[in-house]
Amino acid sequence: MTVALERPSVEVTSRAQRRRGLWGWWESPWRQPVFLQLLTFGYLAWSLLPVLVAILFSFNAGKSRTVWQGFSFRWYWGDPVRSVWHDGSLHTALVHTLVLGVVTTAITVPLGVAFALGVDRWHGRLPSGANFAMLLSFVIPETLLAVALLFLVTQVTTPLHLGTTAQVVGLTTFQLSYPVVIVRARLITIGKQYEEAAIDLGASPTGSIRRVLLPMLMPAIFVSAVLVFADVVDDFVIVRYLSSDASTEPVSVKIYNTARAAPTPALNALATLVLLASLLAVTLGFVFFKWLSRGEKSDSGVQDFASGL
Amino acid sequence: MAPGLDPVQGRSVSTVATTEPPPTAPVSPPPAGRAVRLAHWARRNWLWILLASPGILWLASLFLVPMYVVFTIVFGQIDPIFRTPLPVWNPIEWNTVEFNYVFTHIFGSDGYFGPALLRTAVYVLTASVMCLFVAYPVAYYTARYAGRRRGWLLAALIAPFWISYMMRMLAWVNLLQNDGLVNKVLHTNVDWLDGKPYVVVLGLVYGYVPYMILPLYAGLDRFSPNVLEAARDLGAGRLETFRRVTLRLSMPAIIASVLLTCLPMLGDYYTADLLSASPSTSMVGNLINNSVLTPGQTGQGGAFVLIVLAVSLIPMLLYVRSARDEGVAS
Repeated sequence: MTVALERPSVEVTSRAQRRRGLWGWWESPWRQPVFLQLLTFGYLAWSLLPVLVAILFSFNAGKSRTVWQGFSFRWYWGDPVRSVWHDGSLHTALVHTLVLGVVTTAITVPLGVAFALGVDRWHGRLPSGANFAMLLSFVIPETLLAVALLFLVTQVTTPLHLGTTAQVVGLTTFQLSYPVVIVRARLITIGKQYEEAAIDLGASPTGSIRRVLLPMLMPAIFVSAVLVFADVVDDFVIVRYLSSDASTEPVSVKIYNTARAAPTPALNALATLVLLASLLAVTLGFVFFKWLSRGEKSDSGVQDFASGL
Repeated sequence: MAPGLDPVQGRSVSTVATTEPPPTAPVSPPPAGRAVRLAHWARRNWLWILLASPGILWLASLFLVPMYVVFTIVFGQIDPIFRTPLPVWNPIEWNTVEFNYVFTHIFGSDGYFGPALLRTAVYVLTASVMCLFVAYPVAYYTARYAGRRRGWLLAALIAPFWISYMMRMLAWVNLLQNDGLVNKVLHTNVDWLDGKPYVVVLGLVYGYVPYMILPLYAGLDRFSPNVLEAARDLGAGRLETFRRVTLRLSMPAIIASVLLTCLPMLGDYYTADLLSASPSTSMVGNLINNSVLTPGQTGQGGAFVLIVLAVSLIPMLLYVRSARDEGVAS
């Protein structure tokens, strides 16, 4: 017993002796994490600066994407032929991207929320198998799913045709897991007591869902809608294989087709506009999420918002 | 067991309830309301089935069926005149001509698919390890030391999620062009975009690192810093604490995040296309992409899809299992 009591004091003196010099600085538990700090902010610069440069050159007055020739909105609407506003193909790509984003979100979120509620409460082989398939669709390499859907649409007689319909269907399949996973995580934290209370107080089963559960799920549903929209707008693999012609090629495909073929800064402008739409959705989503989940204790709203990922 | 006696709660319940116990029966139900409530529960079950079935039908017809269609085409027939694939739905009638063709060109004497597969493995492994070396310290710093800056830092770390992959690659195409900023700053004249393997690998790292940081952050944020303090108090040095406590506690997150970045990389063809456009750096994704869009090679593309599916099945199952253990998929 005495030995055990003595041991820490020996340890403390030896550590106090060691605490000098470079080694002492390295081992000190109170020092600033210098290397980690450097690495983190270095990483942030590396990850964001190239994109900022690309955005900057979308405002270039000249045709170059590498030499700065002054600030202008030429590639947004100034140029009468090749700006995003006047070039029909760029215009179409932008509109198509946004249409795919809105339509897919409108289908995926209700489908996913209903699926999450059903699978969470209905116990059995079929629902757990379906949940398993849903998780597989979440992690399958996107190219594989895209090729499989392409084969389904082109080689088998179905009501689907290449173009917007097939793209929306494919994107919905790939994105379905977002609302399901987020809503199920939220269902676990909510628990069942509120619903039971509602039923004990005389609510019908549908009423308890509509008037108690759905309002409580609203923040989660909302986050998943924002995530799905932002992800669909950025999607490339599925939309490319399931597009029919140039009129159903969204911005990402446009970038892929022309990035190596000496494009003008109009391409940067196009990409910037999609980025803006995506950021706008996320910012609005974050503000609205904070408002929806007001009154709930939380250290960091961003963290809760991000936990959906 | 006495008939009609619930062994757990020790109070008498109706036989209907023993065959299907209501999971949330109130402690002392009013006798008259019982039948009504059970009827509600039965109806509720229908409600759950009703809610789940559209999603189940969707996944069955638009996820599982398409996957099966790939098999029917790879092992199916080819129209002798039009050279178009004819899907064969019955597995008994499947033939392996297409698959044998692909296999002999991987392992056979004229195996020109083999190098691409090997290259994919090397690229994906190298890029994943490099991703981990970047992502782990960043996630660790954010989880442990960010303090009040955490919100902003997280927002900046998530930002690449909202920037399309294509735009991020476009940004690097701009920078790495012959007259691009990289050559100007370094005063060099290098053709960076001319089939350089390290450019492709770095492009993959740049593209997929964000997907690794978040799961790692979630895993590192979960365990209490008290554990680390305890390790230091008990005499462990900085590195020993990291090796024996931090690393071990974050192992599930490391595995999940590596799987999450490896899987999409296996099907990636666009990074190699944009940053090199040379067959000398093509990956299995490029083989899929080239054959799928070439008439007459559809079955060959499908065979590559099946090979990638076979390789990624185990990581996929591992990830799904780890996600189910945590109750959340990310």
